[in-house]
Amino acid sequence: MNRFTEYGITFFIWISGIILIGAIGVLLSFLVYKGIPSLNLSLIFGETRPLDALLLRKEVVDGLFPAIAGTLLLILTSIIWAIPIGVASGIYLSEYCNLRWKRFFNLLLDILAGIPSILVGLFGFTVSIFLHKHLSEHIYPCFLISSLALACLVLPYIIRTTEQSLSNLPFSIKTTALSLGASKLQNILFILIPYNLSSIISGIILAIGRCAEDTAVIMLTGVVAMAGIPSSLLSQYEALPFYIFYISSDYNSQEELMKGFGASIILLAICVFLFTLSNILKKKVAIRFATH
Amino acid sequence: MKSSLEKFAEKGFLLSAILSASITIFIFSFMFLFSMPLFKGGQIVQFFRLEWNPYDGKFGILTMMVGTGVIASFALFIATPFGIGCSALISVFSQKGLGKFLRKVVEFMTGIPTVVYSFVAIFLLVPLIRDIFEKGTGMCVLSASIMLALLILPTIVLFISDAFNSVPKSYIHAADALGASPVQKLIHIIVPSAWKGIISGLVLAAGRAVGDTLISLMIAGNALQIPRGLSDSARTLTSHIALIIASDYESPEFKAIFVCGLILFAFTTLIVLILRLLGYFEILRER
Repeated sequence: MNRFTEYGITFFIWISGIILIGAIGVLLSFLVYKGIPSLNLSLIFGETRPLDALLLRKEVVDGLFPAIAGTLLLILTSIIWAIPIGVASGIYLSEYCNLRWKRFFNLLLDILAGIPSILVGLFGFTVSIFLHKHLSEHIYPCFLISSLALACLVLPYIIRTTEQSLSNLPFSIKTTALSLGASKLQNILFILIPYNLSSIISGIILAIGRCAEDTAVIMLTGVVAMAGIPSSLLSQYEALPFYIFYISSDYNSQEELMKGFGASIILLAICVFLFTLSNILKKKVAIRFATH
Repeated sequence: MKSSLEKFAEKGFLLSAILSASITIFIFSFMFLFSMPLFKGGQIVQFFRLEWNPYDGKFGILTMMVGTGVIASFALFIATPFGIGCSALISVFSQKGLGKFLRKVVEFMTGIPTVVYSFVAIFLLVPLIRDIFEKGTGMCVLSASIMLALLILPTIVLFISDAFNSVPKSYIHAADALGASPVQKLIHIIVPSAWKGIISGLVLAAGRAVGDTLISLMIAGNALQIPRGLSDSARTLTSHIALIIASDYESPEFKAIFVCGLILFAFTTLIVLILRLLGYFEILRER
């Protein structure tokens, strides 16, 4: 290899790293520069007094509060569906399943993990039409459908982290309680799960992050621009990512646009916090195993 | 002897696993069932035509397939050299200084919501592109591809730099002992032994690029036309699904989006099968 090619390649490698850091830097500083001035209490609560809004005494009309509340409620509900099923499936795949069935389950779950989120949204939408036709006239795309669809979207993450953390446990930990006479279930519930709690939680936090940022699923399953706080599982609702999407195409004034930037910063902060937390937990686990 | 609680728990675990796995089957069946009438009537051929004009009875989704193909491949075209460059910086050239910082940045990027990327791009990148081309709105294939490249870069970089790191240390030490420069190590030792990891990372990124909705929906312009250049607006399969507002659920217009869905499903399955063939999931599990 001649010297110039070598210099060229070295130059390219350094420059690609610098460009990437620069691009993200420009992106974030633009967002912060534009959005910081709009970050204040009235961005969230509008004209309503914060306490009244939080106690649901008054409706917030021109603030982000309904969207933020919608997103948080949505995350909570989806996670409530997804955690028990996800963790139980993970336990089954790691501890009970034989190899042949495991391959089959894994194939389906890998596909599920790779399916574009808009397809999961379309699935939720179709289910709601189906239920509308065959079960009850009152079912439309709504909060319940969205939360179920989001649960489908994040289920593979929870299953994967649970299964892998259980499978990767050192043999000695897996067998000690069994040799002392514990049953298989006792071993799983009292030894393996507590031992693995932080990596299972890191998977769950990752799932929460996906729920918070996802827009494609909810836009087909019942999110709307103006709805207030959802009053029941069957009502429509607002959410932060959809608000950002909506504002980007439909803003009427500079003021509304500024609210879009404010909302972007809030969503970014939530997601980055969750992903960082998940990463920290994952690293903590890795270190513990490395020193085991 | 197993107690009844043990048996009950095992049944519960099994049931959850079956439920989770059957979601994939459900999604496929729904797509298939809703587009089924079209397969039966032999109408399917007309979906692979170019024109989409519901008022004229034309429901060709080929335009969206081309849109997806062009935007995703151009994004990969941009992201691949950058991705490999950044991975080399992280794993080979600068493991302590800039590379370590870059890895942190890339990990941070995985947490940025897609909708935030697109929102910022509308007010930052799109005006820039509009000025460069001096025509149109700036919502075009190029804008979408650049943002999509940024979105899939973390997938590529994290995966490939891990693949670079898992090259046996003895190879690297041997090359060091022979006085190899970092570039020589990279080209002659690391890339040849990590090629499976590189391809897996790129295939994974291709899957993300095709499946992403928000970036193409918000900044590709969504025009129903075959893009003839980078400055042309285009519509992808995913945004076509997101944009549909059909009131009549029996119309072919509505059913056509399920054909889009089936195509995306088939593509996802293909990606997963390729990754299996490459041993990607084994690579992941060993880690």
